[in-house]
Amino acid sequence: MKPFEVVEAPIDAQVYSDYVLHAGAGAVTLFTGHVREWTHGVRTVYLAYEAYVPMAEKKLAEIGAEMEAKWPGVKAAIAHRIGELHISDIAVVIAVSSSHRKAAYEANEYAIERIKEVVPIWKKEIWEDGEEWLGAQKKYPEKGVDSV
Amino acid sequence: MIRVQYFARLRELAGKGQDTLDREEMTVQQLLDWAEETYPGFGKDDIQVAVNEEYALPEDVIHSGDECAFIPPVSGG
Repeated sequence: MKPFEVVEAPIDAQVYSDYVLHAGAGAVTLFTGHVREWTHGVRTVYLAYEAYVPMAEKKLAEIGAEMEAKWPGVKAAIAHRIGELHISDIAVVIAVSSSHRKAAYEANEYAIERIKEVVPIWKKEIWEDGEEWLGAQKKYPEKGVDSV
Repeated sequence: MIRVQYFARLRELAGKGQDTLDREEMTVQQLLDWAEETYPGFGKDDIQVAVNEEYALPEDVIHSGDECAFIPPVSGG
């Protein structure tokens, strides 16, 4: 594995958690984002993720560097899966270790917010009666786009 | 030659993943204008351009040999 990567195979979150753990770490936060079946009353059959892979991996690594600058001493690993994902599959994993828990919690949430802003990855929702790339927000414009 | 890549909605709209433009130099804004003209409904006002895997500004100049990508609003996570 690479600490900041886009993958096609199913994600094993433990691998990323193990990567960030070290003797000086008193806390590890492990966030996994999953494919949700129901969004605003619309049933998702599956999601199709696409990425501009080299740039996405570069941006994930930049987010890692931002985290280390804001919370000195944290160690991070992030992976995002692309391709066809089904209900409850892991789409993204963020593992963060720190000497004390507060930094690990804060840095982890920061990472997912930044992923949604700057990493060139796109999600298409496939429903029983149609499909749409998110970001366009046509199906439920009043609600905006949630996380998976 | 300037190489451009399309992703997600734009890839489906263009019907392909990439194009090659026979230009020596153009600005990011000119590239967006070209795309809007070539692919009606492109929606250039909501699209960013990456040049060599870095987000670029409308006035930035693209040179022959650069790798460009149209980045529609992202929706990872």
